[in-house]
Order: sequence, then structure tokens, then C-alpha cells
Amino acid sequence: MKLESIAFNNLRRRKSRMAFLVLGLMIGVATVVTLVSLSSALTADIQHKMENYGANILITPRSDNLSLSYGGITLGGVSVDSTEIQQVDLEKIMMIPNNRNIAAVAPKVLGAVEIGQERVMLMGVDIDKEFHLKRWWSIDGLAVTNDRQLVAGYAVAQKLGLQVGNKITVAGEEFQISGVLAKTGSQDDQLLIGSLPMAQQLLNKNGTVSLVEVAALCSECPVTDMVKQIGSVLPGVEVSAIQQVVKTRMHSLEQFRTFSLVIAGVVLLIGALVVFVTMMGAVNERTREIGIFRALGFRRSHVMRLILMESSAVSLLAGLLGFLTGMGATEAILPFMTEQEVKTLWDPALGAGAILLALVVGCIASFYPALQASRLDPTEALRSL
Amino acid sequence: MSFVQFSNLHKVYNSDAVEVKALDGISVEIEEGAFVGVMGPSGSGKSTMLSILGGLCHPTEGAVVVDGIDLYQLNSEKRADFRREYLGFVFQAFNLIPYLTAEENVMLPLAVKKIHSRQKKEMAHSVLQRVGLGHRAGHLPNQLSGGEQERVAIARALVNEPPLILADEPTGSLDTGTSREIMQLLSVLNKEGQTIVMVTHNDEVRSYFDRTLLLRDGLIAKDVCKREELYARVG
Ligand SMILES: Nc1ncnc2c1ncn2[C@@H]1O[C@H](COP(=O)(O)OP(=O)(O)O)[C@@H](O)[C@H]1O
Ligand SMILES: [Mg+2]
Repeated sequence: MKLESIAFNNLRRRKSRMAFLVLGLMIGVATVVTLVSLSSALTADIQHKMENYGANILITPRSDNLSLSYGGITLGGVSVDSTEIQQVDLEKIMMIPNNRNIAAVAPKVLGAVEIGQERVMLMGVDIDKEFHLKRWWSIDGLAVTNDRQLVAGYAVAQKLGLQVGNKITVAGEEFQISGVLAKTGSQDDQLLIGSLPMAQQLLNKNGTVSLVEVAALCSECPVTDMVKQIGSVLPGVEVSAIQQVVKTRMHSLEQFRTFSLVIAGVVLLIGALVVFVTMMGAVNERTREIGIFRALGFRRSHVMRLILMESSAVSLLAGLLGFLTGMGATEAILPFMTEQEVKTLWDPALGAGAILLALVVGCIASFYPALQASRLDPTEALRSL
Repeated sequence: MSFVQFSNLHKVYNSDAVEVKALDGISVEIEEGAFVGVMGPSGSGKSTMLSILGGLCHPTEGAVVVDGIDLYQLNSEKRADFRREYLGFVFQAFNLIPYLTAEENVMLPLAVKKIHSRQKKEMAHSVLQRVGLGHRAGHLPNQLSGGEQERVAIARALVNEPPLILADEPTGSLDTGTSREIMQLLSVLNKEGQTIVMVTHNDEVRSYFDRTLLLRDGLIAKDVCKREELYARVG
């Protein structure tokens, strides 16, 4: 028989009150957990997409004829026929101060070609780098391995009725379709992709490229600096950070997060109030009991400890259940918030945080009632019947 | 020096701007091993006196010294320690904790003591045996009869082997037969050397006391030792 066993027996034999306390706090914690894990899953999702995207810097010719958007990013003015970037200049990119942050430089040449009646965009790429960089490309068939092969974007394949293994004639030359891209929802769907030298020759653009993607594959890359550095070694081209796109998405995510924090705060406050009111009621109800404890020689601090022990136990349970409920809710909600399958992150730190949060809120909410209880005059307490 | 000394105790309650003089100057000494009954009409200050002796309620004036300890010179935490070490309380309303079994209720005064839990169990078991409830250890209060609950309360008062037992109308809510059993139990304990101060307004149990303090309007109207009573009867 210790203080713990009194607390334990009280909770065990007064289940409904304990259930009420647990529930009040649990709802608060679950809300917080749901919102936090949702936003971290969404952040992770964006980061993941970003990493898959590979490139975070785009180099395009300076021009303002035609607006070309690539990968969902408007690149300012890029005309297919505008001045091209000299391929030999690209070596300079590797000489920027932050060159060690450059994971890959992927040049491509773009141009329209006629296939039968249709006009299609042909993109010549550095096959090794491009297919490595675009890890999210899922290809039915194989990637391009030589100059006589092409990979067709989803929409192109649809339009031309192309299948893996088909032969097509482009500008009088015959190519084999080695693979078809699964739908990406981006510009890539509209492309025929082949090797850079082949495309340059076919498009009559030997030695030039229309677009260069630079991948700086690190989480904390000084992309802004790198953009400036590249701009200075390659005058006359447009260098832009794809980060801007991510930034806008991150911004809306940030807004979601702020919003969820406010909601979570409100719900948690309500949870704390529930605990406070219930504890207050419990203490009033237990006035007599506390008088007995005091008469039997419990110090004020013992009474405090007893009550805080009970509320910690309740909070601990509420924290754990709240965490599990919150994670469950996240699993349920997440599929509606992203088009792709995003994994819920079972973060032990979040679990620990949830339990800690419940403990702090539960103990703060019951501290005052506990203090009141310990201050009761034992005779008054015993009298109240 | 006597075991318990009250000197010039006054207690004034101020409730709703009305002053109630519950005790109006009580000075009395109680010897170790005594079985003292405190009697008197309702409202005469019996419970107040017992609470003050129990260190539960500050007197307005005067001092209580138990075993050389001036209770109201101690701070409230120390007074709690005093209660734990020196006193066993038995209340009229039993005051058992409803969610604890008989055994757990008995162990309550030990809950904050640093004793091995096996030893606590043994102590509880032995006092329960002594009050004849060894077989009811695992029952919750609401599964026990009034008399049994009072025995549990007495066992709880005894478990700590306190020098002084304070009982406020322990038979107040029991029928005559059960009252008698409880009084016999207390009497046996007293014979074994236990000092007991008991408040009652039940004249029938008077014969068990070896000293009776009669309160009236916050004052001791009569202080009768059994011996004197017997002499009085013979004379
Ligand atoms: N907490 C209190 N506040 C105000 N008056 C009280 C309080 N406790 C007792 N009294 C008053 O003090 C007097 C003595 O009470 P009490 O000691 O309980 O008498 P008894 O136990 O002899 O019936 C009564 O008039 C009672 O109303
Ligand atoms: Mg009374």
C-alpha cells in the first residue's frame, strides 16, 4: 500500500470518471497529433516529390517570344526557335564556387517534329543523366539506350497510337519505341524523348541545347547562390530556381500548419478545461475523503502528490490513446489530401510529444484543484456530509 | 507530566458574522492508559475539543501538549506527521474510503510510511484479525455491515500502534447490540494499555469509561473518575 496504490484503486474503481477525463484530454491530443502528422506527411510528400524531381535549377535561353512551361513551371519566354544555349558553355557550370553541390547537369534540346499529320515535341536528352534524374518516370518498356530509340510520353503515345516495340518514322528516319512513359500529369506527357546527339542532328541544332536542368541534390543547398553563380558564368541565359514552385506549395502548407496549430490549440484548451472542471468536481466530491487522508496523517504534499499522480496516470493514458487515435485519423484522412499514395509517418518523437503534451496539460489543469484539496481544513472536510 | 494537557482552550467559530464560542476555557490533563469519555449535549463542544486534540483544528487560544509536544507550535505538515505517529482516529461516519478494500483502508495510515509493503500487509492483517475481521480483508466498505465497517475503522486507527486513540461517537450510528460489541472491543484495547478518548452522547456506554468529562456550553461541567462514581454510589 503506497500512494500509488490509492491512486490506482481510485482510477480502477471509479471507471466512468476516469473515462471522462481520458476522453476529454484524448480528443485534444488526437487533434494535435492528426494535424501535426498530416502536415508533416504532406511536407515529406512535397520534399519527396522535390527530390524525385531532381533538378532544382533551370537554365533557359533569354527570350520573350513564347511562353513555355515545363514541369509545371513557367519558364518565362522560351521560343522553340529562339537563340539556343551553346553546349560547350555548359562545362563552365562545373566551375562555380558551389560546384560540389551539383549532382547533375542535364541538358536537353527541344523542337517540333512532324510525324505523319501530327506535330510533336521532340526532346533530346543526355540519356544516362536524364533517366537517372527523373526517377519518378515509370516506363512501360525500357529507357532509351541508343540513338535509334525513343521513349514516348503518355499523351504522345495515345495520340499516335504508339506501343512498346513500334517503329516510327521521324523526319525520314526510323526509330523504335523502347518504352512508353506512364502518365506524369506534366509536360513530359507531350514529349518524344530520345538521345541528345540524335535530336540535335534531327532538329538541326548541333552544339546547342534549349534547356538545362541542374540538380543540386542536397537538403540545404544554397540554391539561390548557385543560381547567381551560374548566371555569372553563363551570361545571356536565364537561370531560375525551381524552388519558387516549391516555395509556393510550402507556403500554402505553412498556412495549413498555422491554421491547424490554432485549431489544435483551441481543441487542446477545451480538453484542458474538461480536465480542469472534472478534476475540480472530483476534488469537491472528494473533500471528505481528503479530510480523512489528512486526519490519518497525510501531509498536504502527500495529498497533492496523490491527486497529481492520478492525473498523470490519466494524462499518460490519454496521451497514448490520443496519439494512436490521431495517427489513425491521419491514415484515414491523408488519401483525400494527396493524389499519390503518401505514407503516414509513425514518428516516435511525435508519440513522445503527444504523451508529454497530455501530461503537461493534464497536470496543469489539475494542479489548482490539487492545491485546493491539499489546503482544505481537515475538520471542515470531515464535517461536510 | 501528564500524557495530554489542555490548557485554557478557547475556540471561537466565526461563521456568517456570527461568533460561536464552541470552547470557552478548557483545562484538563489525561493520563496514559486512560479511557476517557467526553459527554454532553449536542453543540456543547465535544467534537471541537476532540478535533483540537487531534491536531485538526487550531484553537483560538490555549495550547495542547501531547507527550511533551506542543501541537500548535508545529507547522501543518509536522502536525500531519504527528497525527500519523501518535493518533488513531475513529469517526462516527466510519469514514472509510469507498474504493479501497477493508485491508487497503486499514493500510491507509501506512501508505506514506517507508515500510516494506509485505510488512504493511502483515500489520493490516494482524489488526483486522484483532477486531475479528480477518476473513473480510478483501471486501469493499459497501459490502460490509455497519458494525463491520466500524471495526475496520478501529483497525485502521490501531494499525500504526498509536499511543492515543480518538473516537468521535463511534457507536452513534450502530444498533445497541453492535454498539456493545464495539465498546467491548475498545475496552479490551484499553485493558491492553491503549489510551482512548471517546466522544459520545450515549449514556449507556458510560460504564466503560474510567473517566468522564461532561461538557456544557464549551466548559467542563463535571470531571468524574469511575472510582469516585463508585465511592459516590457506596457513600
Ligand atoms: N466549523 C464550524 N463553524 C461554525 N460553527 C461551528 C463549527 N463547528 C462547530 N461549530 C459550532 O460550535 C459548537 C460546538 O460544536 P461541536 O463541537 O460540533 O459540538 P458537539 O460535538 O458537542 O455536538 C456548535 O454550536 C456548533 O454549531
Ligand atoms: Mg459532535
